[in-house]
Amino acid sequence: MSDYNFAYLDEQTKRMIRRAILKGLAIPGYQVPFASREMPMPYGWGTGGVQVSAAVLTPDDTYKVIDQGADDTTNAVSIRRFFQKTAGVDVTEATSEASVIQTRHRIPEQDLRDDQILVYQVPIPEPLRFLEPSEVETRKMHSLEEYGLMHVKLYEDISQHGDIATAYAYPVKVEGRYVMDPSPIPKFDNPKLEMAGIQLFGAGREQRIYAIPPYTQVVSLDFDDYPFQPTKADHACDLCDATDSYLDELIVDDAGGRLFMCSDTDYCATRRKQGHIGAQGVPYGEDAA
Amino acid sequence: MYVAVKGGERAIDNAHAWLAEERRGDKAVPELSVPQIREQMALAVNRVMAEGSLYDPDLAALAIKQARGDLIEAIFLIRAYRTTLPRFGGSNPIETETMTCDRRVSATFKDAPGGQVLGPTFDYTHRLLDFKLAADGDVDDAPLGTPHPDATPHIMSFLDQEDLIQSEPQGAETPADLTRTPLELPASRALRLQSLTRGDEGFILGMAYSTQRGYARNHAFVAELRIGAVAVEMDIPELGFAIEIGEITVTESETVNQFQGSKTQPPQFTRGYGLVFGMTERKAISMALVDRALRWKELGEDNVGAPAQDEEFVLYHSDNIQATGFLEHIKLPHYVDFQSELELIRKLRREAQENIMQEAAE
Amino acid sequence: MQAQVLEGGFADVPVDASHAFRAVMTAMARPGEIFTISGAQPPAPLSPASGAVLLTLCDPETPLYLAASHDTPKVRDWITFHTGAPFVAAQNAMFAIGAWDDLPLSDFAIGTPEYPDRSATLIVERPTLSNTGATLRGPGIKNQAQLSLPKVQSFQDNAQLFPLGLDFIFTSGDRLAALPRTTKVT
Repeated sequence: MSDYNFAYLDEQTKRMIRRAILKGLAIPGYQVPFASREMPMPYGWGTGGVQVSAAVLTPDDTYKVIDQGADDTTNAVSIRRFFQKTAGVDVTEATSEASVIQTRHRIPEQDLRDDQILVYQVPIPEPLRFLEPSEVETRKMHSLEEYGLMHVKLYEDISQHGDIATAYAYPVKVEGRYVMDPSPIPKFDNPKLEMAGIQLFGAGREQRIYAIPPYTQVVSLDFDDYPFQPTKADHACDLCDATDSYLDELIVDDAGGRLFMCSDTDYCATRRKQGHIGAQGVPYGEDAA
Repeated sequence: MYVAVKGGERAIDNAHAWLAEERRGDKAVPELSVPQIREQMALAVNRVMAEGSLYDPDLAALAIKQARGDLIEAIFLIRAYRTTLPRFGGSNPIETETMTCDRRVSATFKDAPGGQVLGPTFDYTHRLLDFKLAADGDVDDAPLGTPHPDATPHIMSFLDQEDLIQSEPQGAETPADLTRTPLELPASRALRLQSLTRGDEGFILGMAYSTQRGYARNHAFVAELRIGAVAVEMDIPELGFAIEIGEITVTESETVNQFQGSKTQPPQFTRGYGLVFGMTERKAISMALVDRALRWKELGEDNVGAPAQDEEFVLYHSDNIQATGFLEHIKLPHYVDFQSELELIRKLRREAQENIMQEAAE
Repeated sequence: MQAQVLEGGFADVPVDASHAFRAVMTAMARPGEIFTISGAQPPAPLSPASGAVLLTLCDPETPLYLAASHDTPKVRDWITFHTGAPFVAAQNAMFAIGAWDDLPLSDFAIGTPEYPDRSATLIVERPTLSNTGATLRGPGIKNQAQLSLPKVQSFQDNAQLFPLGLDFIFTSGDRLAALPRTTKVT
């Protein structure tokens, strides 16, 4: 596609994003303002992640896109095609083969290596936003390291429900300083935020970029008597029998019958290729899809 | 046995093909051309140019055609195209005083140099459906008047001469560009105006209306509304002077608002300002009202907590491309987050149930 | 204009810049690790590595401080032609380039509590670069790393400023390493 520059964005825009990424890495968890551009896809559909990917990709990369853990969800397909077309990069569905992975709402089950980059799409980057709607105020709170409001919120959950009632986008503290929104990943994924790969977060509409370098301390907020607990459905995957993966719940018949399957489609397929079969699964290759 | 559903790629291709077919509609009906849209749906074209922040009637008309008449979708197409254009530089400020006015009305003076020019307005049309248009769109030529060759001075300049209105000296510095730097609060008035002029017409209208109904009430007189063509000039460093690079039609609205004064300063009227691409007067007047409401701090007024006074609220929510994208994204899959909530609520209910049982047993 | 000024930029800008940025980004994410970076042939005393960093990150929007060690007409012309970055005093610089001894550390912007990102990034030209000397710990480093740093105390002082502070890119020949403000140096 010769009408547009490599990876769509013009070089000046990429430089602006690249500078923001570097400051993000230098100040882990801090939201760097950047002059987000209008992308040819709607705000809220991954424009932040797409801009970060565009600034990071080289022609030698192998690119993977997941939405809800799956490579074949329509928005993942759409974004993958965009970079196939504008950057000519190789694409893959295999986590282990990808050098850059863009994700919405999940961290792959398979541990990432130190030569892999995970790019998150972020809808609302400000962890304090739902407690304090004003950007002027939340910026002040971050500068003063004033996170009492967040602890009060979590504590009120406990007093009302006997438990912390945040199941996704569970707030973390990065390297003992900034409270950060890990994007709407299920809290099951939070422990994986400490990883070998480079994590970059892009919020297009809200014009923020932030980052977690490899091996950075990322602590999910909790209380001594109510420690953080990553949770998932108490089932094994019905297709590959995995017990350690995050599961989607499907309604499979009019009677409301349920089926549980890995949300990470590559993880599930890899296990099935290895011969694992879940309670309702078939051997790999025997299903039409 | 369960077979996982796949086929995102095929679904997208099929959806696009179907969309193209729907866009064309019944092929027995002749296809709309871009010039037809440009000429006959000019106000839609103007809105797309204004909120798309790109003055190009042909591209706006094309976008409207491609978007099946969904103007926000058309604005989006224009915005996405606009970001890919290289920047050669900034123009000089346009001089609206030299405008060739198609329309110019003042609500504050019965007559003034340049006169009242009603122009091509809906204002005094009776809103009766014209069934003749359904059959035949031919119209007679409108009568011709004498063109007004001189510059039309701004009404405000007469108030300014008497020092009755707060003066607005022209600054030397180049204002920041909202599309190139992230919005930072508090925003300068120049940035606020940039945001308002490309903001959603409906949102700005609603905000303006709210000030009229008492949420930060500030009665505005339309000192002047003018619509017409102005030259755009740009300094060319290699030449050492400015050359005209084109002409654009804009709508400018200036309001006179209730006066201000203090012990040290005699009372003066204050201003609201609106300037929008194309013939877009509803938007331009709305913009002036919202601009005035947002100026409470610099004019030493009380913040009464009205939405139109809240800079952060107005500026962060006026852009329809941001708003529609985020609103519509909730139809994307959220299986994963929803699943985590499902598990949580099941757990909380289970625990609550156990507590109730236990208390009943005790 | 001399040919030397016009030459030495990226041959294929989008592609060369993407590779160069990957090197810079990985270096900033993994402090102390040394990477090679290519694509630029700037006039001496600019190293190919620092030339590539400038081409990748600088443009008319990034005020640049040129230390005395690198302030030659040829270097100025080359940077102006290829990046358009305006030359400014240290206080106003977003980037700085030069030899360690010629960089007035205390003059550069370290950011503000609300915007700690508004701080300078210093590109420090080194005669050599090796994984020896000071010990580094912190984000991006698995256990610890080693890097030949000019002066330990300066980096200790800088880390004390966190979340404010300066970020460093060290260059030598076609190699580079980085040290963000988060790194604890001993």
